[in-house]
Amino acid sequence: MIPFDFDYYRPDSVGQAVELYARLRAEGRNPIYFSGGTEIITFGRLGQLVTDAVLDIKSIPELGALGRSGDHLVFGAGLTLNAVAESGLFPLLGDVARHTADHTTRNKITLGGNLCASIPYRETVLPFLLTDSYAVVAGRQGNAWVSMHELRLAPGELLVQIWTEQSAARWPSVTIKKTKQDEVDYPLVRLALVHDGRGVRAAFSGVCEAPFRSWDMEDALNTPGVPLETRIAEALRRLPGQVIDDQLGSADYRYYLLHHSLREGMSALEGGGR
Amino acid sequence: MKEFTGRRYGVRLHVNHETHTLHVRAADTLLHVLRDQLGLTGTKAGCENGDCGSCTVLVNGTPLNACLTLAVEAHEQPVTTVEGLRGSEIQKSFVEHWAFQCGFCTPGFICNAQGLIDYVRAEHRHADDELIKEWLQSNLCRCTSYHEIHAAVKSVLDDGEEC
Repeated sequence: MIPFDFDYYRPDSVGQAVELYARLRAEGRNPIYFSGGTEIITFGRLGQLVTDAVLDIKSIPELGALGRSGDHLVFGAGLTLNAVAESGLFPLLGDVARHTADHTTRNKITLGGNLCASIPYRETVLPFLLTDSYAVVAGRQGNAWVSMHELRLAPGELLVQIWTEQSAARWPSVTIKKTKQDEVDYPLVRLALVHDGRGVRAAFSGVCEAPFRSWDMEDALNTPGVPLETRIAEALRRLPGQVIDDQLGSADYRYYLLHHSLREGMSALEGGGR
Repeated sequence: MKEFTGRRYGVRLHVNHETHTLHVRAADTLLHVLRDQLGLTGTKAGCENGDCGSCTVLVNGTPLNACLTLAVEAHEQPVTTVEGLRGSEIQKSFVEHWAFQCGFCTPGFICNAQGLIDYVRAEHRHADDELIKEWLQSNLCRCTSYHEIHAAVKSVLDDGEEC
């Protein structure tokens, strides 16, 4: 049971949601956008999150967008992970989504909820980082286009959609997820690789405190004329932060899994990938 | 814009083909409203964290963890609990395949399996073992009846394909 009360609103449009959020804040309230709500409900039950106003945004039409627009694919932030996976529009994103949480929970978790989650994994961001995708972010001044590399939402801003070039969504790709025990678990290591025709791009979750793409590591992985093992060793020397060391897995173990996954992923990709 | 403000809100839930007008807190989960207000205790409170699947119900035909769903989210939506699946193919198949031991997880498995059956039939898909496994991964059985549960679900799906 969630031990505190809140008001529940279901705005019909992005503008209505943003304005309502601003009004509630001005009244000294503590509003929160609610899409799938899995994190809000579980954290709320444990007293790790408190709100007095929930704005349920999942029925806003723009947040349910799914399809093509010109040269781009459009993914509404309110789509469930199962809807994203089953669309088949972006194979790498589908693979990542399909192996995030379990099937029933993926009927509730939304793309925007996963991208903006407070847990450090946010695995669905990896395909968007690798393809230099853009987010549509709504604020009181209107909509803004924000690179996924720079996506940081200020209070009241609402993630509406993510746009990805169709050609990039078809790049050969590999994703590998290593968990402690069960297939359904947070990642010790989640690796996503694509080949853009010139070289490999690499993004990671579960390794450092936040998901990341490293151009430095990519340079090492793409060094011409160097054996794969040497390139991987150099890439690992260029990790952008400390490897996570927690009850799920030690830093040494994650490092070992990362090394192994890179070898497996690079071999698959350089052999043709998807 | 739909608003539920104040301490208690009137919601209308269509549960197992019966309409109920209820007064709930916005913070009440569907799980507790089904169990405590409607007495539908077939929906089990297990982990209440979205991990075990014992509270699975169908909302608009989609399996959801009732512990991760607010009752207000289900306002005006059709909800099916295990009580609404009495006499169903999947219930009979669970009995025929001995797909339970203590039975605590059974309602969640049956609701999820019904969701899979409905999905496969609506989409005219072939349900291979991989698809069944992907869906059933959402439910835990501490008595480890997984083999029998898988067989019960597969049996109904295979029968459907023969029709």
